[in-house]
Amino acid sequence: MTSGRSLGFYLLLAPVLLWLALLVIIPHVDLALVSLRERVGVGQYALSPANYLTFLNEPLYLVTFARTAVMSILATIITLIIGFPVAYYIAKMARGKLQPILFVLCLVPFWVSELVRTFGWMILLRETGIISSLLQWLGLVSGPVELLYNDAAIMIGLVYTSMLFMVVPLVTTLSSLDDSLIEAGYDLGGSSASVFREIIVPHAMPGIVSGCIVVFMLSLGNYLTPIMLGGKDSLWFTELIYSQFIVRFNWELGAAFGFMLLFLSTAIVWTALKLSGQSLEKTMG
Amino acid sequence: MIPTIPQNRTMDIAFKVYVTLFFIYLALPLAVNAVFAFNDSQFPSLPWKGFTWNWFFGDAHPMIGVFHERPILRAIGTSIFIGVCVSTLAVIVGTTNAFLFNRYKFKGKEFLYFLMLLPLVIPGILLGISILVFSSSIANAVWDGFKWDIEALRPGVLLVVLGQFSFIATMATLVISARLKTFDKTLEEAAMNLGAGAFTAIRTVTLPYLLPAMIGAFIVAFLMSFENFNTTFMLVGSDAPLTIAMFDRLKEGSTPLLNAVSLLLMVGSSALALLMIAVQRKK
Repeated sequence: MTSGRSLGFYLLLAPVLLWLALLVIIPHVDLALVSLRERVGVGQYALSPANYLTFLNEPLYLVTFARTAVMSILATIITLIIGFPVAYYIAKMARGKLQPILFVLCLVPFWVSELVRTFGWMILLRETGIISSLLQWLGLVSGPVELLYNDAAIMIGLVYTSMLFMVVPLVTTLSSLDDSLIEAGYDLGGSSASVFREIIVPHAMPGIVSGCIVVFMLSLGNYLTPIMLGGKDSLWFTELIYSQFIVRFNWELGAAFGFMLLFLSTAIVWTALKLSGQSLEKTMG
Repeated sequence: MIPTIPQNRTMDIAFKVYVTLFFIYLALPLAVNAVFAFNDSQFPSLPWKGFTWNWFFGDAHPMIGVFHERPILRAIGTSIFIGVCVSTLAVIVGTTNAFLFNRYKFKGKEFLYFLMLLPLVIPGILLGISILVFSSSIANAVWDGFKWDIEALRPGVLLVVLGQFSFIATMATLVISARLKTFDKTLEEAAMNLGAGAFTAIRTVTLPYLLPAMIGAFIVAFLMSFENFNTTFMLVGSDAPLTIAMFDRLKEGSTPLLNAVSLLLMVGSSALALLMIAVQRKK
């Protein structure tokens, strides 16, 4: 409507510019500068890639980096596989009142904090926990079993924590799929498998991509779940960033780690978008 | 089931069993968490030692309930204060953004929209450390230049509010924009034809239409703020909000007190969520 540069326009432009400049862009530029400096004396710094070289030359850092990436990808795939049938059931098979009820039930666990959910899993999985007691009571094991503090526990926690962000976009895209298209697929002689592959999956693609991106980002950036459910040896990359910043007070190295994390997430999200032919505006906005 | 497609009974039953198992998986951690808030024992684990309200109302050692545990109550107060600040800011900026992106065409609009979405795909811990580094840079520069120590720029409530706002504002913008897009602009024009100024028309016609989305965005923002951990953790000072306070306790070993807090959180956030659904229904 208005294309002139009225006062109103600048008043509306100011908040978004202040927000993005002061809280997102300049802080990240500052963080980048910090990551590229090296302490050469008391209060004296020089521009150098030393922090990134430290990262590349220390196997522990690299292993943790790769491990975090691989486990996050795995968590994303598992979440998709578990969530897809549920989303399909809610969108296409549930009838009447059941549909909105199931949908809301999916959301319920995510109204409470991740800490509460993780704590719940600790009560279930630990040596004196419910599952261990149940197994003993059933006579399947002779003594208490420790199910906590391993990678499987981390995986259970990550999948649980991210499930909502997979199911919601999937339900949304699957609901918009016209039933008659599925019928037509069957009428034309398609089997269940080919209807699924040729009609349902291509239609659900935007939902699959946006669900996967969010779940991957949440897993990669997660701190609580790996710390609380994982064992002593199960390092997570965010843990390294935290320890450099808070425990060792080495902000330069911590900042470099931060950018490696950002680089990893951007690279994988970008690849996923390119491979599926989607764009960030379309999947998020 | 799509009615015209031949029913496959086994498939149907398999689906039902699977979906049931899925919901048990979703409910299990929350259910056990809630149940152990009432266990008359020092540990949130089996054996079951009988029912008690002490983890809520107990006032004697060793079973001090939530309502007599000062640090926890203070942490809840801090969380609510931060949540209200963040949500208010997010709704204001979300509303101005919605008008900006819906009503104006300008150079670089698409790029700005893209930038606006970015906080959603930046890991929370990065938003935390970048704001931490930037605010200390400013604080240090001011100290070097003027010998003023700006306490507010050191880790604490202000930084937590800014850190959470930096990504919650995106969410508020998306929610409010979605509602503004469905607004029939001729209503606003009608108001102006009837003699209202542009500002009055927006205030009396457009904003009431946006209200459900603004309330919805406020509640979602509050919940996101209340349960945020990653960003908050990097910016927190001496007065910790609830999630951080609970995390510190949990590291030292857990008592059913934490279950009681968890149960209160579940009740509180469910109530807020139901309120939000009620508000959305009314539109």
